Amino acid sequence: MEKKRFPHIISIIGALFVFVSVPMAFGLSDVYKGNIYQTGTLKPMDSKLKVKVGDPAPHFTLPAISGEKISLGQYRGKKNVVLSFVPAAWTPVCSDQWPGYNIAKDIFNQYDTVLLGITVDNIPTLFAWTNQMGQLWFPVLSDFWPHGAVAKRYGVLRSDGVSERVLFVIDKKGFIRYIDVHDINKRPPLEDLMSALEKLK
Amino acid sequence: MKKLLTVLAIMTFLFSATVFPAPATKKPPQKGEGLPVINLPVPKNLDEKTYLGLSGSGFFKIPQIKASAVIVEIFSMYCPYCQKDAPGVNELYRLVENNPDIRNKIKIIGIGAGNSSYEVEVFKKTYNVPFPLFPDKDFTIHKAFGEVRTPYFMVVKINEDGTHQIVHTQLGGYPGAEPFLELVLKASGLK
Repeated sequence: MEKKRFPHIISIIGALFVFVSVPMAFGLSDVYKGNIYQTGTLKPMDSKLKVKVGDPAPHFTLPAISGEKISLGQYRGKKNVVLSFVPAAWTPVCSDQWPGYNIAKDIFNQYDTVLLGITVDNIPTLFAWTNQMGQLWFPVLSDFWPHGAVAKRYGVLRSDGVSERVLFVIDKKGFIRYIDVHDINKRPPLEDLMSALEKLK
Repeated sequence: MKKLLTVLAIMTFLFSATVFPAPATKKPPQKGEGLPVINLPVPKNLDEKTYLGLSGSGFFKIPQIKASAVIVEIFSMYCPYCQKDAPGVNELYRLVENNPDIRNKIKIIGIGAGNSSYEVEVFKKTYNVPFPLFPDKDFTIHKAFGEVRTPYFMVVKINEDGTHQIVHTQLGGYPGAEPFLELVLKASGLK
């Protein structure tokens, strides 16, 4: 009896070891202390894009933390737009993606580009979370209700209701010029986005 | 009884795995210990190379820096506290460099955990960081340092015989340039 149970225990311990050993190298900033929920390693991509480079970007209007409503159309003819969808507030990689963009304002300006951060979280959650990042210079939009509707229209809503970690670059005419549906577990290197913006010049 | 104990052991293990954060691959280096073996590229920038007292090209190890004490900051361009502390750490550099008694004895370097060269450069440019910063894009160095959170400060004492030991470590809580310099001087025996 004991012998039979032994391999079973080993496999449980083995599975747990894999679970707890997954490297969590993101969300490292001490600013978040114990408040980051460790998601573990997730399926890198879990949705099917409904748009492609060259398509007109689907229109949307979403509420921002600031209280205003932001429409994609308001930038038409004026600015390029980067949409940065991140999966969820208080999770490892997302928590250290936007703070980096926050010190890259000059580079976005240099490319005549506005950045819109979007998640499917509600406004109060986004408010509390982004407050930990310091004062963000770019609008943070909530795609909470109808849940993930904008993410769904772009084809980046995952089966569990959060969005992909994805960057869309939309030019001043409203066309999609770059899409990076990134591995949800990793942070997109800043230089990749910036070289996409460089090509808009 | 034996069965009960086994079940209890599994339950305890499960509980600890749920409650406590995932363990790092290695423990962060402790005070009194040596640094893990890491190789950093010799800076191409001549000023930085001179600052660290290095020659040639290729790679170097931190204890090869010509100094009595090296302050190592593990930071990230994406970390809000590292951003907030950056001007204060720059001030520390200036305090050291403006003091002829210690300027050749204390050096500062930063290692950007998970940061590419481009990202490290953005940080350097944003805050006008005057000391050398090194990228660690694939977290190799960060893993060797026990996957510490950021910013993480270490003071490494380098002895005349080439040996070294860590004399201080600190996660966050940067107290400002003057108190930190005081701490570095005491910990490394320069005062």
